[in-house]
Amino acid sequence: MSGEVLRLENVVAGYEEKAVIKGVSLSVREGEKVVIMGPSGSGKSTLLKTAVLLVRPWSGRVVLDGEDLTSGRADLRRARAKTGFVFQSYNLFPHMKVIDNVALPLRLVKGYSKEAARRKALEMLKLVGLGDCGEKYPLQLSGGQQQRVAIARALAMDPIILFLDEPTSALDPELKAEVLETLRDVAHRGIAMVVVTHELDFAREVADRVVIMEDGVIVEEGDASLLWSPKTERARRFLRVIGTASAPT
Amino acid sequence: MVDFLVENFLFIAEGIVTTLQITLLSFTLGLALGSLLLALGLSPLGFLSRLYIEPVRGTPLLVQIFVIYFGLPSLGVKLDAFTSAVLALGLNSAAYQAEIFRSAVKGIPDSQILSAEALGFSYLQTLRYVILPQALRISIPALVNEFVTVLKESSLASVIGIVELTRRGEYVAARTYRAFEAYLIVALIYFVVCYLFSHGSRRLEKRFRIPGYTGA
Repeated sequence: MSGEVLRLENVVAGYEEKAVIKGVSLSVREGEKVVIMGPSGSGKSTLLKTAVLLVRPWSGRVVLDGEDLTSGRADLRRARAKTGFVFQSYNLFPHMKVIDNVALPLRLVKGYSKEAARRKALEMLKLVGLGDCGEKYPLQLSGGQQQRVAIARALAMDPIILFLDEPTSALDPELKAEVLETLRDVAHRGIAMVVVTHELDFAREVADRVVIMEDGVIVEEGDASLLWSPKTERARRFLRVIGTASAPT
Repeated sequence: MVDFLVENFLFIAEGIVTTLQITLLSFTLGLALGSLLLALGLSPLGFLSRLYIEPVRGTPLLVQIFVIYFGLPSLGVKLDAFTSAVLALGLNSAAYQAEIFRSAVKGIPDSQILSAEALGFSYLQTLRYVILPQALRISIPALVNEFVTVLKESSLASVIGIVELTRRGEYVAARTYRAFEAYLIVALIYFVVCYLFSHGSRRLEKRFRIPGYTGA
């Protein structure tokens, strides 16, 4: 069994007074693809943010690559540099060219020279099929293209684990398809991935493990076969909903 | 009327030089101090910037000019009229410019800051590469507006004896007893200069517009 890259131990987290994550434990091994599903408001997005301490847990531990991020002594910037995070709304920097969106973090966080950062950025853009869009600005691209740039930006950092927070939820069906295609390629690169998604087909295809959340806790967890034959009633109910609704957002 | 114009227009118009000097110097002073106030406002000591901004915005500029020109000498600080005017206008504009920057920074979506944080940017890197470049663009129209405001308010410098545009109008009005024509010329010159600056700002906005951005 390969090593563990991420471990959440009984994490509780939330916003202001309201707990959104109510005691979640999760372990992700090297290269493992974990798909998190569940109704909206069940705490999936918050859980991802907690894993890199974009949301600080109230209690519990987050261990990334052997380092306890919740200890208070952890270098969060260095830890985040080892991870990639793709948001639902892409979150590119609109005032920078596409290539600079990918190259700037390499320079600022990974210490690349200007030229090396550009080379690597271009390589990553080619990887997501956007090698000719480097000189454009994010808002001149379609949503699907922007999301692929965001994926290139995250991959450029050579992450040991990639977090994807509903990467296709903001997209039209045809744009969804191109992003999912890119994500399938990424999944074959051997990077551990934790994906929050409602895309059942995609989940069935890439998931090594499936986690179903509801109301801030994990209600069912298992390998991808769970997506065909859930054991708990709550998971069955949820899968029936997303299985019949063609494009849930 | 033609005689009046020939004799007095150039004399009044020359005042625009002093008016522009005061405006440029105070606006620049306001820009520098306003940026510092913004930095202070974003820090944990943010309340200190409110302690400056609120009183300055809540008192008349004329009173501020008097405090500096007539009030400071009693504390042993004697400044000439020109310096006093620039200082008063600059300190005043700083408060307004700080507010302009603050609302521009607030206009940057949290999601971008979150994304910078997720990439491992430090706070200063996020400020330097993500927040400020966009905030400055957002600020352009309001900053030009503030520049025009400072230009118009610089007419208050005439009350402490600075011979700028308004003061020259006063001279002509007093000498010729034709206040209406004299001040009309003054008003016209202010209007033309302000109009040119506002108009130029639209080109500035266009030049710095984020490509692909279709919002207002």
